[in-house]
Amino acid sequence: MARYIGKEMSRVDGVAKVTGKAKYAAEFQVPGIAYGFIVQSTIGKGTIKSIDTAEASRAPGVIRIYTHENAPKPAPPKSAELKPQTNSQERDKSFRALQTNRIFFNMQPIALVLAETFEQARYAARLVKASYAEEKPMTDMEAELKSAFMPNPQRAPKPRGNPSEAFQTAAVKIEAEYTIPVEHHNPMEPHGAIAFWENEKLTIFDKTQGVYTVRTHLATSFGIPEENVSVVSPFVGGAFGSSLRPNYYPWLASMAAREIKRPVKLVYTRQQMYTGHGYRPQTWQKVALGADKNGKLTSIIHEAANNSSTFEDYSDNTTNFPRSIYACPNVDSPQKIVKTDMSTPCAMRAPGAVSGMFALECAMDELAYSLKIDPLELRLINYADVHPDSGKAFSSKALRECYHLAAEKFGWKNRKLEPRSMRDGRMLVGWGMATGVWGAFQQPASVKITLRADGTAYVASGTSDIGPGTYTVITLIAAEYLGLPAEKVKFELGDTKFPRAPVQGGSFTTASVGTAVYESAQNIRQKLLDLAGKEANSPLKAAKIDEVEFADGKLQIKNEPARSISVSEIMRRNNLTELTDIHEAKPSPERNKYATGAHGAQFVEVKVDPDLGIVRVTRVVEATACGRIMNPKTSHSQEIGGIVWGIGMALTEATEIDHRYGRIMNPNLQHYHVPVNADVLEVETMFVEEDDKIVNPLGIKGMGELGMVGIPAAIANAVFHATGKRVRDLPITPEKLL
Amino acid sequence: MNSFKYTPATEAASAVQSVSANPSAKFLAGGTNLIDLMKEYVERPNELVDITRLNLAQIKSTGGSLSIGALAKNTDTANHPLVRQNYPLLTQAILAGASAQLRNMATNGGNLMQRTRCQYFYDIAMPCNKREPGTGCGALEGLNRIHAIFGYSDKCVATYPGDMATALYALDASVRIRKPDGRDRVVPVREFHRLPGEAPEKDNVLQHGELIVAIDLPKNNFAAKSYYLKVRDRASYAFALVSVAAALETSGNNIRQARIVLGGVAHKPWRSDEAENALVGKPANEETFRQAAEIALKDAKPLKHNGYKVELGKRAIVLALKRAMNGGAGKEA
Amino acid sequence: MKDEFDGELNEELSADEKILLSDFQELTELGDKRRKFLGQAAAGGIGIFALQLLAREQALAALEPAGGAVFAPAAEENAVAVKLQINGVEKTLNLDSRVSLLDALRERMALTGTKKGCDQGQCGACTVIVDGRRVLSCLTLTAACDGKKVTTVEGLANGEELHPMQAAFIKHDGFQCGYCTPGQLCSAVALLQEAKNGEASHVTANLRTNARNLKLSDEEIRERMSGNICRCGAYPGIVAAIREVHAGRETAQTWRFAGEEEIAALNLEGKSDELV
Ligand SMILES: Cc1cc2nc3c(=O)[nH]c(=O)nc-3n(C[C@H](O)[C@H](O)[C@H](O)COP(=O)(O)OP(=O)(O)OC[C@H]3O[C@@H](n4cnc5c(N)ncnc54)[C@H](O)[C@@H]3O)c2cc1C
Ligand code: SF4
Ligand code: FES
Ligand code: FES
Repeated sequence: MARYIGKEMSRVDGVAKVTGKAKYAAEFQVPGIAYGFIVQSTIGKGTIKSIDTAEASRAPGVIRIYTHENAPKPAPPKSAELKPQTNSQERDKSFRALQTNRIFFNMQPIALVLAETFEQARYAARLVKASYAEEKPMTDMEAELKSAFMPNPQRAPKPRGNPSEAFQTAAVKIEAEYTIPVEHHNPMEPHGAIAFWENEKLTIFDKTQGVYTVRTHLATSFGIPEENVSVVSPFVGGAFGSSLRPNYYPWLASMAAREIKRPVKLVYTRQQMYTGHGYRPQTWQKVALGADKNGKLTSIIHEAANNSSTFEDYSDNTTNFPRSIYACPNVDSPQKIVKTDMSTPCAMRAPGAVSGMFALECAMDELAYSLKIDPLELRLINYADVHPDSGKAFSSKALRECYHLAAEKFGWKNRKLEPRSMRDGRMLVGWGMATGVWGAFQQPASVKITLRADGTAYVASGTSDIGPGTYTVITLIAAEYLGLPAEKVKFELGDTKFPRAPVQGGSFTTASVGTAVYESAQNIRQKLLDLAGKEANSPLKAAKIDEVEFADGKLQIKNEPARSISVSEIMRRNNLTELTDIHEAKPSPERNKYATGAHGAQFVEVKVDPDLGIVRVTRVVEATACGRIMNPKTSHSQEIGGIVWGIGMALTEATEIDHRYGRIMNPNLQHYHVPVNADVLEVETMFVEEDDKIVNPLGIKGMGELGMVGIPAAIANAVFHATGKRVRDLPITPEKLL
Repeated sequence: MNSFKYTPATEAASAVQSVSANPSAKFLAGGTNLIDLMKEYVERPNELVDITRLNLAQIKSTGGSLSIGALAKNTDTANHPLVRQNYPLLTQAILAGASAQLRNMATNGGNLMQRTRCQYFYDIAMPCNKREPGTGCGALEGLNRIHAIFGYSDKCVATYPGDMATALYALDASVRIRKPDGRDRVVPVREFHRLPGEAPEKDNVLQHGELIVAIDLPKNNFAAKSYYLKVRDRASYAFALVSVAAALETSGNNIRQARIVLGGVAHKPWRSDEAENALVGKPANEETFRQAAEIALKDAKPLKHNGYKVELGKRAIVLALKRAMNGGAGKEA
Repeated sequence: MKDEFDGELNEELSADEKILLSDFQELTELGDKRRKFLGQAAAGGIGIFALQLLAREQALAALEPAGGAVFAPAAEENAVAVKLQINGVEKTLNLDSRVSLLDALRERMALTGTKKGCDQGQCGACTVIVDGRRVLSCLTLTAACDGKKVTTVEGLANGEELHPMQAAFIKHDGFQCGYCTPGQLCSAVALLQEAKNGEASHVTANLRTNARNLKLSDEEIRERMSGNICRCGAYPGIVAAIREVHAGRETAQTWRFAGEEEIAALNLEGKSDELV
């Protein structure tokens, strides 16, 4: 009987967060700090002819100004130095600031002002004047769709069967295009860092999803050993993918700190965040579905293209997840990119999946209407019991249960198929549903556990907690498997002095780090058992590891509490005060025999004002099957967060670009509308637990992205049901429904 | 933000003098618009005269009409019993704007004075005649979904973004202004904001150094039947795409007086006398409201991205009038 | 700086740290009611974050300027003297007239609990309470705060006892990353008073009569909290926390596990999907 796993636990860092004591990157008190402020280009493409810093340099408090003319160059990358696991290694072709007079995107950093105070740096930044040889930027991806290409044709999934022929001959078919604008993560905490050097050693407090990635980036940039770089990031004010890559500011801050021999604090403004990290790319999709009269899919042709920068090929993998959802013999899912004069996109919550499933699940709804079949039934008809590409069985997949339970809870059976058939007073009521999917990934991850004779434990891992509750879930897993009360376990993360762990992304942190903790606790148990078993009269003599467990500070034979020794006693007899284990957990090869994934079903009610075109999401019921739930309290919050993101994507969020200048015109929170409290009404989430020992010993799958995936489609489908209007271009703003 | 001298004022007279003596000085009220624009380097005063401690925050009735201090906070104005009782339209309009925190800071004078939310105006890298006369209008051929459909010029297509003033236009308010010579002048609020014409840099008729001291609201019979309707991109904390301040005075089912003011559609709140007149003497029903709405929007000239405002404006007017008829509680009869 | 700060609690605590530590020990032993509020909060974990970070900063404080460090000549322009009360403590500041209250707190007084999210009045992260009202510190000039009383998130708790709103946020998981949280809390605490005062909101039905001690519906709470953006999307938890403190009643949870019987009742085994 689990003591902690599966039970509600409040966040162990909760008090730190509600009292303002939790420290985010730019909040550490470092003496003698200098403030940096970034100057950005005002053109979208061209070259800097000259840059005048004279007036700015004379402004009060200015210490120094760097431009491409005087900024040091990063060390040339030596790929041999790059360690495997860092995730960013071959991808660290990231944009480096102040290295060239070339302008690749509007709002590109062209200077860094350093001053004694923030106010002085900000003011002087306004005085830096650049003149340019301007060229016409191309940022309108849809206008250049014809230039779309496949970045990695050899790695692209092959078509299944013969989709185009099957489509031609299908009894029922639909074909439609779907578009999604550029969107920005907009975590509440702006990206920022404090960097300082002590001789050749660099310390940086940074907002990041992966301290090790930043370390590698900086070590290679300065040509110094990794051990000389210490990256600290105990709290992260949201990131959602925007801090997976190091971004350009950690190097800028570190470079400046090294040059002026002082600690430097550099924080993006909200505006700078719009090109200071990636974004969800603009996406164009075309979905062609063919089916027989009974609704069995015979063909899926799902094309997608997203924009990238001119200097990197970023593919959002829009069509990857969707191609595995339905049992359909003929599928093609080409994924292309279009080069634009913009900064490089990056992963943004549920990257690819949420965009791809928006198109596919809207198309399924359209098909349901062509067939006059209930949209849920159409999904069940085409349910994939095995992975449709590989034919492998799923390690677990309770999607069918999700569909049924959520439908039941929602009251789906009372839905009338006809659009515009349901009303609440003046309001048009619409019910829509869609499917969610994400992976059940695991990455190699390491932890250190120290179990002490005094009945406490210390756990550390270089992972991060951007909000999902990693502090809490790792604490509870450790408490569970070390047999200690949770308050006796102290867990730390977000520092390169802790054992290496992957970035926090892809919803794999708990599966990866949690498994490492579980296995490391097992190692400790083995060590203690070895020690205890040495003694002739030990109650644990000859016991096997699987026969013993930790409980209440004791090592005991399972179900035989009488046969036990206290841990402190074992340590005392062996003259130990503590036992430490450092362990790396790897995904088991067993996983390869199966298809793995996390799934969900979401049902949405909208009310649409027929006069004003205003859509309100009045009710969401979401059921997710994502393995075993470690902490329902924080897991629930993850799913809710995903739903809120889905609402924003469906109804309000769009980054607006003036293509004449290639410039983002709403780089703020007044014109880029993320949902506010009043946008989120009734939300109910449900977990269908799966017992899956194949994904990892604890049966953990990810959920952070999953909760968002079907929501935009479900909302768009509900809007169609309410109004009879099929909006295929997000976001669904009032004017699209007038 | 450039460096500036901070001058706290305790007397209206000295405040007016300080600002008129320095062409680059500005009054600082709640700061919610000015400080923001200074950070963006759109506004660059070299002196701020803090007027928040002036004795100009009272709300008092003066022989039938109500005088609202220019330095009264939006929150206090919206919640004042006399305002809620007699001018609920004003309360509604104020509460539809910004957020609780901002309304706690924002003053009535500053609210009238707030500048456009045009994206090009905010971005000093972009052309904007309002910010830098002669540089061109970025929005005219650019992104103009939130811009004007009435009264613009080829120099500027910006809208006045405020909610409160839209109600004030319907309530026939006037603005009491302290001139540098110490005397007051009174400007009907309808004449306070300007159209851009050839000089979009001037939002309104206030001269440098002049201080708004109060807003006067005449007595009316609209309190029982008024409604402020705001259409925005999310449920709260967003500027209006289109808003409508509607007010009716009826006898039986007959309309005696009507007010229709559109917000978010022009360089100033857009009041339609013609539509109002079309309502007077008619029965208060959907048919009449529709006709008035058609009239109110008939001269609209949408730009590339804001054509929707015409249809939306019409529908919003009809709905606002219906809700006004229903006592202004947010539901239509 | 000592490099191998290994996250263990520093044995030699300064006086300040000792007080802080004892504060947090107290926090872990709140009264019965509060303990219930906090549910299963792992008490031992509560204070350590603050302590570790404090220890790290203490080590940093000893950081000597490097030889050759570059400084600009001191130049405070248009300095103003301001006297104000922050969380009950009188402070006298002499600073650049441009310094916002937010930057004064964060950059000059080491009160980093108040957050900067946008610096433009567009997010609410910087919400503090000035003279009893919630305002945005990013658009407030420190110079204009002379003589005022400021309460930040650091000042909400009553000594070692969390403010009920803080406890309720933990109980209802009204946050994830925690970055918007200080602003949400200041907003929520001020909101309670606004409801007592009878202040209306955009969704208040009856505007024409003033009544005190409003009982706020969820719709009211949502509208009144809409000036505080939470990108993590913790809104339902925030509303539940406020509802509970405002109404003084416990709130039910809105998540659940699908029960085994429930799943069994679906009787999916062997059921052909086409027939469903
Ligand atoms: C994120 C955000 C959202 C907002 N949303 C809305 C909204 O939805 N609807 C809405 O209506 N408003 C909205 N606002 C605008 C807000 O209402 C205004 O900023 C506020 O009313 C301005 O008042 P203030 O006292 O802060 O003015 P300040 O910023 O202090 O002053 C603004 C200007 O007026 C001048 N001034 C101030 N008082 C006087 C006076 N008495 N006499 C002469 N000149 C004076 C100042 O010199 C300055 O130039 C929003 C603001 C923000 C930041
Ligand atoms: S509309 Fe007016 S404010 Fe906007 S860019 Fe044009 S001139 Fe400037
Ligand atoms: S930081 Fe003040 S509102 Fe965003
Ligand atoms: S908790 Fe992360 S933004 Fe609200």
